[in-house]
Parts: sequence; C-alpha cells; structure tokens
Amino acid sequence: MKQLAPALVMASGRRKSIPVRIPTDWTGIIFAVVLSAAVILPLLVVGVWAFTEVWRYPNVIPQQFGLRFWNQTLTRADVWSALTLSLQLSTVVTLLSAAICLPAAYAFARLSFPGRNVLFFSFLAGHAFPKFGLLIAIAAIFLQLNLIGTFWGVVLIQLVGTLLFMIWIPVAAFQSVDRRMEEAARDVGAGPFRVFWSITLPQAGPTIAAAVLLSFVGTFYETEGAWLIGAPGIRTMPVLMISFINNQMVIQYGAVLSVMLWVPSFIALMFARRVIGGGAFARGFGG
Amino acid sequence: MSVLKITDVSKIFAGPTVAVDNFSLEVGDGELVCLLGPSGSGKSTLLRMVGGFERPTSGLMTIDGDDITQLPPERRPTGMVFQSHALWTHMNVFKNLAFGLKLRGLPKEQITEKVEAVLELVGLAGYGTRGVNQLSGGQQQRVALARSLVLEPKILLLDEPFASLDQHLRERLREEVRDIQQRLKITTLFVTHGQDEALAMADRIVVMRDGRTEQIDRPDVVYREPQTPFVAGFIGTMNLIEGEVSKGRFARADFRIDIPIPDGPATLAIRPEALDLEAAEAGVAQVHRVTDYGTHGLVDLDLGDGTRLKAMVAHPDLFSEGQKVNLKPQAMAAYRDNARVYRS
Ligand SMILES: Nc1ncnc2c1ncn2[C@@H]1O[C@H](COP(=O)(O)OP(=O)(O)OP(=O)(O)O)[C@@H](O)[C@H]1O
Ligand SMILES: [Mg+2]
Repeated sequence: MKQLAPALVMASGRRKSIPVRIPTDWTGIIFAVVLSAAVILPLLVVGVWAFTEVWRYPNVIPQQFGLRFWNQTLTRADVWSALTLSLQLSTVVTLLSAAICLPAAYAFARLSFPGRNVLFFSFLAGHAFPKFGLLIAIAAIFLQLNLIGTFWGVVLIQLVGTLLFMIWIPVAAFQSVDRRMEEAARDVGAGPFRVFWSITLPQAGPTIAAAVLLSFVGTFYETEGAWLIGAPGIRTMPVLMISFINNQMVIQYGAVLSVMLWVPSFIALMFARRVIGGGAFARGFGG
Repeated sequence: MSVLKITDVSKIFAGPTVAVDNFSLEVGDGELVCLLGPSGSGKSTLLRMVGGFERPTSGLMTIDGDDITQLPPERRPTGMVFQSHALWTHMNVFKNLAFGLKLRGLPKEQITEKVEAVLELVGLAGYGTRGVNQLSGGQQQRVALARSLVLEPKILLLDEPFASLDQHLRERLREEVRDIQQRLKITTLFVTHGQDEALAMADRIVVMRDGRTEQIDRPDVVYREPQTPFVAGFIGTMNLIEGEVSKGRFARADFRIDIPIPDGPATLAIRPEALDLEAAEAGVAQVHRVTDYGTHGLVDLDLGDGTRLKAMVAHPDLFSEGQKVNLKPQAMAAYRDNARVYRS
C-alpha cells in the first residue's frame, strides 16, 4: 500500500489529460502475465487450501475437499470478536482520519500559510523511515499514557498510518479541481462554502473516495501497530491469524482466515462500484 | 441598461509584475467593447478585476454608479464566460443553468421556464438532460454563455470564449454572440487577442499593451488611423519601416520618399493594399516571393538591407522572383516618439 500511494497521486494528478492509448506491445503483455501470476496464483492456492481437508505432496489437486476447517474456525468466539473488533477499528479510524485529513488536505491544496511546505513534507517523511522503530518509540509513550492494550490506543496508532494517503491523495484531488469551475460558481452567486460543497467536493469526490477506501482496507489489514499497542487485550483479525499460525502449523487455519480477510476488500470494492460507478472510480485512479 | 466605469485601475502582482497600469474605460449601455492586445498585455487581469476574481491594487470600478471595487464575485451583477467553458461536469446542462437561479431562491416552475428560454436563445433547446461531456466544444461554450445570460447580469464578461474552437466554428459563434448581445442590449466587455474577432464584433476596440491603453476607437478607425506604431503593427498587416528623415525626405536603404516632417528618426507605416509596385531596372526593392491567392496576390519584397515588405497586387503574374521594383505608396503614416506625426 505504501508503494501504491505515490503512484495513485501521480495518476490522479493528471485527470484532465487525454486518455492514453495502450499499445499492444510484448513488454506490456509479459508484465501483465507475470503480474497476474504473482498476484492471482498465491490467492488461488490459498483459496483452494481453505476448502481442502487432505492434500498430500505429489498430487496437483487436493485429495479431499471439505468445510471442516471453516466449521472449526467459524465456531470459535475469538474469531468473531476479532472480526467485529477489526471492522469497528477500521470504521472509527477511517472516519477520524477523514475528519482530520480532508480539511487539512484542502488547506494544503488551496491555502498558503507559513510552514505549509515543511508540514506537508513532514507527513511524507514519517513514512520514509523504517516504521517499526517509530512504533517502538510510540509504544513507549503510550505505555506511560496507559494506552497500551486499549481500543483507543490502537485507533491512535492506526490513525497515524492512514495520514499519508488520506492527505496526499486528497491534496492531489483538490488541486486537480479546475479553479475556473469554482470561480464560475462564485460568479453565479455562490459563497465560498457553497462552492466547496456543490463544486469542489463533488469534483474531487471519486479520488477522495478511493483514498477513504484505501484507508479502510489498509487499516483492516494493519498488523504491526495493532499487535504492538493492542496486545494482549486487543486482538484484530490479522493479529489473531498470526497467533493461529504460530500456535499450530495447520495450513488450512491460515488459509481460512486469509479468505475471511479478503471479505472487507471485496465488500469495499463492491461498495465503491455501486456508490460511485465503475467509470467514476476509474477516473479517480486517473483512468 | 447599465454602464461600467473603470477609473485609474492598477493591478500589481507579487514579483512585482504590473499587469494593469492605471487603466480607465467607460463601457456604455448596451455597448460591446473588445479588449485587444498581445499575450500578457493584461486583458484577462482587467476582466477578472471587473468580475471580482482579482482585487485591484488601486482604482475604482462602478456599475451604474454603484461602487463594486470591493465586492466579492457572488455579489456583483456581472456574468463571466471563461475560455475553458468551466462548466460543472458533475451536473447536466439543465443543472448547470439552474444552479444560479436556485441560489436566488426562485420557484421551480420559474427556473424551468427561464432555463428553457435561455437554451432556446443559444440554440440548444432540448439539450437540458445532456451531460456536459456529451456536448461539442461549440455547444459547451454556448451553455457557458447561457449560464451567465440566464441570470440577466448587468455586465457580460467574456474572456477569449472561442479560443479553443476551430476557425469555422469561431466565426459562426462570434456572429451568434454578437446577435444575442444586440438583441438583449447587454453591456459587454470582451477579451480577445484575435484582431479579426475584435474588428467583427466590437462597437469599440481597446488596444492594450503592457497593461496600458494604446488606443480606444471604433474598429474602422483603429484600422484606418492607428495612433501608434504598435497599433499599426498589431491590427491587420502593416509594413513598418524604420528610417531617417532629413530635409523632408525619408530614407531607408535605397528607398526614398517625401515626408514633410522635421529631421530625425521616423517609422513609416504602409498597408500592403496601399503599396503599389512598378517594375524598374534600377528599382529599390527586389521581389522575394510571389503568392497567388486567386482573388489577389501577395508580393514579398526585400529592400536590400534585410527589411521585408509586403505588397498586395491585383495581377501577381506580372511579378517574378528576383525582379527589381520601385515602391509607390498610395497612403501612409509616419510615427515618431510613439505618436503619429504625418498621414497621407
Ligand atoms: N495570478 C498571477 N500572479 C502573478 N502574475 C500574474 C498573475 N496573473 C497574471 N499575471 C501576469 O500579469 C500579466 C498580464 O497577464 P494577463 O493574463 O492579464 O494577460 P492577457 O492579456 O490575458 O494574456 P493572454 O492573451 O495570454 O491571455 C502577465 O505578465 C502575467 O504573467
Ligand atoms: Mg488572457
């Protein structure tokens, strides 16, 4: 996700450019094949494992399919509480992040104030260094504040993780809104707030929705912070999965949890398609 | 029924760039005034100050006597049409036109009525449900015009509204806009850097240079009697010849002509259509190229020192490359110190 964010920003920065025709060159095709192999193949293997009961070495397909491990997983109370907790965390973090970052992004994009560049750069700089060291330092501070092992402690740490793309992407989105459109709205009688609400926000909407989505999904899968700050009281889905795998080396448990972890991604993507429509969503990504 | 009055307005951007320099203009009721000038001459800046998008560094602007200098755009009775149409792409045509009316709190039926009337006016009846991106460039610009007109502004402002359209469409639209403007008798300030656009549309032309006025006159007057060499060179095609006058005779290379002005440097201005040619063995100019346009021909000339001139001729086949000719101006003007000192 970290590598994805800058690419997205650059892409959404040139929304108004003419759509680039993609030529059918072999480099492109090889890229596509290798990429899909790298992305889809592991997913496929994990997906198959989740519904497998017996699969021994030389066989290419499992000897016996079944839902035994789903049963065992889904009847566990800790799985359900972890799932609920993860969804709650992701929602709260995303909402808070939006409330904090979107106005900040607008300010970065449109206003000039002293220290603007330094502040903007500091958001990015936080992500340029190895994160784990930073997390340890924060954990030490949280310990003193009695935030270790609490819901709000995890919210805080995960909030920090969303700042990058919840600021960077919306800044690009706001910057790419045509200023003439806003001026035209002023011209026909809209005050500054009305212009923001009726013109700027809808224009930047698809790109911002993409950022919110990334933030939600990214938070759902966030592990390092959740584990370091949340343990032992707060156990999110990814953290639970790690402990499963550490305790008993049964591949199927990991596979089942993996497949369950895809659920928010799929829901988020479907939601995105329904709400903003395929075309608008693609445009948000610079398509 | 409105008069726009601009008095001693200046705009200095950080840098500092003096974009508009002590500019004054009065646009009469129902008049269409064109601001014409090269890129960077401050036309857009001036227009944006009238629209309220830039604050003047100094000066005063009034509409019908009311001071608007400090008002924000939303409180000015002006309507602006931008070069890039600036339509709201997330709304259809109807919503684009209705937005301003809604802000004014008009009842629904009245909004529909007004929007339909203005669509009719710009020749787009029935296009209300179209998306902005489903329109051609010309249609988009018409909608942009309609969006301003539907609010019945006292002053209409247009900033190169046809610049992104092709030549053919541009000519058609400027006639339409002129028609509509005259029908509604709306006071209009129009920015362009196309001289033919200005000549075709304007009641008066303001030729701008470096944020200042070079000349304000009716189009035909600006064309026939440019007050400065800059205007002479900017409007239409003009031969500008720098030279020296001594004892009442202007000289440049081998070219000589009588001009009754005191000695000193001068700039001679001759329109191609006013420059007759006479073939002569020992002519002062050499034909460089002959272009036949069917209805007339254009002869490129060289004075021998690199000075290039153009002459319009009725029979291009009479001239050929390398030929020597003498110059017989039928009308000309001479300039000195940025002012006209002689005309014939
Ligand atoms: N926002 C701004 N900040 C700084 N300088 C500006 C700004 N807007 C315009 N200028 C400067 O003011 C001068 C006049 O610009 P303006 O846009 O008014 O010219 P113009 O006559 O409209 O030119 P064009 O025909 O290219 O549109 C230019 O030198 C320009 O660089
Ligand atoms: Mg301009």
